[in-house]
Amino acid sequence: MSLALLIAVLAAAISAGTPLLYAALGEVITERTGVQNLGLEGMMLTGAVMGYIAAITSGNPWVGFAVGALGGGVLSLVHAVLVISFKANQVVSGLALTIFGQGFSGFIGKNYIGIPLPTKFELFRIPLLGDIPIIGNILFRQDALVYLSYLLVPMIFIFMFKTRAGMTMRSLGENPAAADALGVNVFKMRYFYVFVGGLMSGMGGAYLSLAASPSWLENMTAGRGWIAIALVIFSQWNPVRAMMGAYIFGGIDALGYRLQTIGVTFSPIYLKMLPYIITIAVLIFTTIMSRKKHLSAPEALGLTYNREER
Amino acid sequence: MAKTKIMLEKRLTVPTSIKALVPVIAIFLALIATSVFFIIGGKNPIEMYMEMFGGAFGSFYGLSETVVKSIPLLICALGVSIAFRMQLYNTGAEGQLYMGALAATYVALFVPNIPLALRLPAMMLASLIAGALWAFIPAISKALWDVNEVITTLLLNYVAILTVESLLFGAWKDPDGFNFPQTAPFDQSFRFPLLGPSRIHMGLVIGLILTILLYIVFTKTKWGYEIRIMGESKRVAKYSGMNIQRNIVIVLCLSGALAGLAGMSEVSGVSGRLIRNISDNFGYSAIIIAWLARLNPFMIIVVSFLFGGLLSSGTIIQMAGLPASTSYMLQGTILFFVLAGELFVRYKVRFIKQEVE
Repeated sequence: MSLALLIAVLAAAISAGTPLLYAALGEVITERTGVQNLGLEGMMLTGAVMGYIAAITSGNPWVGFAVGALGGGVLSLVHAVLVISFKANQVVSGLALTIFGQGFSGFIGKNYIGIPLPTKFELFRIPLLGDIPIIGNILFRQDALVYLSYLLVPMIFIFMFKTRAGMTMRSLGENPAAADALGVNVFKMRYFYVFVGGLMSGMGGAYLSLAASPSWLENMTAGRGWIAIALVIFSQWNPVRAMMGAYIFGGIDALGYRLQTIGVTFSPIYLKMLPYIITIAVLIFTTIMSRKKHLSAPEALGLTYNREER
Repeated sequence: MAKTKIMLEKRLTVPTSIKALVPVIAIFLALIATSVFFIIGGKNPIEMYMEMFGGAFGSFYGLSETVVKSIPLLICALGVSIAFRMQLYNTGAEGQLYMGALAATYVALFVPNIPLALRLPAMMLASLIAGALWAFIPAISKALWDVNEVITTLLLNYVAILTVESLLFGAWKDPDGFNFPQTAPFDQSFRFPLLGPSRIHMGLVIGLILTILLYIVFTKTKWGYEIRIMGESKRVAKYSGMNIQRNIVIVLCLSGALAGLAGMSEVSGVSGRLIRNISDNFGYSAIIIAWLARLNPFMIIVVSFLFGGLLSSGTIIQMAGLPASTSYMLQGTILFFVLAGELFVRYKVRFIKQEVE
């Protein structure tokens, strides 16, 4: 493999990993507060289709990105109402979000299949950083949304681990009763962070339809929402590790296309299977390793918080 | 100033009226909520629902098509419900169904010299094994290391569908099929017999037998009781000497086996060959059906029939110019309301007026 090709693959890996990164970051935030939202696939699809429609209607991809985020956010609020206020089963509610999101996005996107975007997010080189040999070509010749995700990762990391508000947020997922006793409004805060997670899932979906592969196709996320959930476990609920994981999976995605261009004969259908199989393998491996090291998910993850049962 | 506070009180026993009423109200509210989307699509929702209802249940043909659609839903939902009993989430029924269809097709097309009487049983057995095997990796990794089975079973759906497609576009493609991605048709001896003058096939009988069988297993056997205990409290199960790990594997594989059988029932009973999109999202709808029926096998029959109607009225939705995905949206909405309704099943909701100074 030549150096130019390697650079192209790695740059494509970043772009292919970015939808996963947005969604996984959102889910890290949501799960850190003790709420599990398995509806990423549905929220990403909603974000992708609403972002696409808004970008076409307004002619401005940024409007599309914002509307896509909001689409994911609104759907996540349905989850919040069900699991926080109505104390519903979190797994089943997440599945409901996925089924609804697939149906809804197919419904409102029907007339937009095959319609081209007027303007998409273009690649641009960041001055100075983009001139660094090799690394500049990989990391700093991307689009604005990739750069935004570069900023979000350290911001979320610092917020989560270095600020008081972040510590409060994590306490919601570790010991909600104690947080409640200290005067934190557990219900309100969980609503807020579920919404933030939904916004970011919507962003991940919108990135897919507005930048990574500018188009709208029914079910275009093709399981990326589920891969992102596996990434959250792989990351041990840490945004920086989530970023690494997202780019590795982006790389698998990108490599598939490039291998064909250099003449590796491999049935394209098997290449399409690869991300799912690797995700399962990584999930199993990560689970075994974290058991050995006694690492675990947020203590209260997936549990309904009942004030009366303290 | 008076302030109303909502108090939740856990119910010790759930009145049957509540159990019956909550899903009915939930479906009704979901229909109202979805009508918003019909209005967006420029349709009169009341007319649409009347037409859908008439199409699915209003004629002999409509009813028979509804039953045809409800057969795979019933078998898959029974499968999903087995795992749900132990609080295991098999979200992979869709993929297990595809693998069952694939294995049954292999028997029908490529295994020579099967005695006539054994052809259908051989197809069924192959599909049961294939479905069970497809659930095996999620099952064993859940049992040994507690790997999240929701994600593993679900991701395998994509792999299963791609596997079937690779065969339909490749080695198994019908040479006389005008290049359509489908296999050659099965010999008549590999087809489920039809029941009467419609497309309803023997899969219905099998589904009904399975329902009774599961009812007996769940309510009358020790094992049926044990898997519920293991789902509710691992600690209790452990202290009473139940082997949780082994039962996780058995339950998930059994769940997959039934979904696989649903795939066999589709290729043998309906299409007569392996085709693309052999499933109309049956494996996902099965999750909703099992939940809506509160895992009661006989309720699963009723709910599968209703959802069969929803799927068979899909043609009416499409004729009205709305996409097929409308029905998935409606299914998702139904599940939202059912989940919300659970609160009223589990808790007594009280409004208490408090005097605040």
